[in-house]
Amino acid sequence: MTVEHDADPRFADFAHPERLVSAEWLEANLGREGLVVVESDEDVLLYETGHIPGAVKVDWHTELNDPVQRDYIDGAGFASLLSGKGIARDDTVVIYGDKNNWWAAYALWVFTLFGHEDVRLLDGGRDLWVASGRAVTTERTERAVTEYPVVERRDEEIRAFREDVLSHLGSPLVDVRSPEEYRGERTTAPAYPEEGALRAGHIPTARNVPWARAAAEDGTFRSRAELDAIYRDEAGIGEADAVIAYCRIGERSSHTWFVLRHLLGQQDVRNYDGSWTEWGSAVRVPIVVGAEPGEAAAR
Amino acid sequence: MTVELPPQLAEIRDDFLALEQPDRLQLLLEFSNELPALPERYAEHPDLLERVEECQSPVFLFVEVADDDAVHVFATAPREAPTTRGFASIIVQGLDGLSADEVLAVPADFPSTIGLTAAVSPLRIRGMTAMLARTKRQVVERRTARA
Repeated sequence: MTVEHDADPRFADFAHPERLVSAEWLEANLGREGLVVVESDEDVLLYETGHIPGAVKVDWHTELNDPVQRDYIDGAGFASLLSGKGIARDDTVVIYGDKNNWWAAYALWVFTLFGHEDVRLLDGGRDLWVASGRAVTTERTERAVTEYPVVERRDEEIRAFREDVLSHLGSPLVDVRSPEEYRGERTTAPAYPEEGALRAGHIPTARNVPWARAAAEDGTFRSRAELDAIYRDEAGIGEADAVIAYCRIGERSSHTWFVLRHLLGQQDVRNYDGSWTEWGSAVRVPIVVGAEPGEAAAR
Repeated sequence: MTVELPPQLAEIRDDFLALEQPDRLQLLLEFSNELPALPERYAEHPDLLERVEECQSPVFLFVEVADDDAVHVFATAPREAPTTRGFASIIVQGLDGLSADEVLAVPADFPSTIGLTAAVSPLRIRGMTAMLARTKRQVVERRTARA
């Protein structure tokens, strides 16, 4: 059973306000039947230092990725993971995390690949919850094991592969990495480890909108008007456009995917999780360096 | 070929390997909480510290080689980055007091051998590998400067 939506007027202008909850709402609803809170962070130990009471942890590296092949876990793996976490198929899941919900949005996107219907983000994420003095605990969360069904992953609607990007060239592409990566001055985010791309630059015609521009100083999402100004006016994404977003491994672009899909209501938006670590090492795919988007070569 | 590790490093490795995976994270958290505060001479001079660029969080370290050739490692990382703090703490506690030669002989892949790769992920382990490499480089620099 799902839990009612947060009717916070701050979310009213978003296309899908039901995808966000405020810290006030979550605090008031903690412990509700049918509500599971999930923490998903970049730092694998942050949850252990103290988490929202009752929250379970999902780690993207060690739990959502297939340990061998570069892919996500399959339907059986997801069923086993969520059963072990005590999450039922019809539960309302609220995800939060560090760094403006960067990894939380990634987890939400992966949950969506398996069609988990009611999955929301805590606006402002972990930092705002902690900064506002709300309760955290190091107490281990014990939830009864569930029987989450095996649901096959459905990639085609929200996930793009290299071939999809090649045939998409000329339609809106959003490169959400730092300007330095976009221009081809480096292959990794400033102060991030080298994850292995042989060439630097961006996919031809992609517009550069660094992901964190969608977040305000306190980590909450910017208003509808501000987001429209960034993605519609500046990046030129029309309401009916099909869009693909990418970054380095698909995590930062999950955040932008959430903004486009759920806050602005874009119908057709996919995340290219191969992203620069694949494109920047692939043989004979076109690359543009410099600040300009560049042209899509005739194919 | 197995390289004989100095006892304090071998002990850290054996402590991790003796635990089940989830408990290894708890031990890493204990290391994280044990990272000593910087001595005043560095706390007041952050410019002396070297940033470990390979780490996802701001972590800085500084190495001293004393007159008796003993190595001392100092590091700082924010509380919001407990994994990085844990790595720094392992490097500090594992290397502090060893001779310069002993530090230089520590295998570069030591971080991958202490049983954290599955618990933390190979990508994240790279941060500790980088800290070890930078520590060794600073040991060489300090020794060269002294010679």
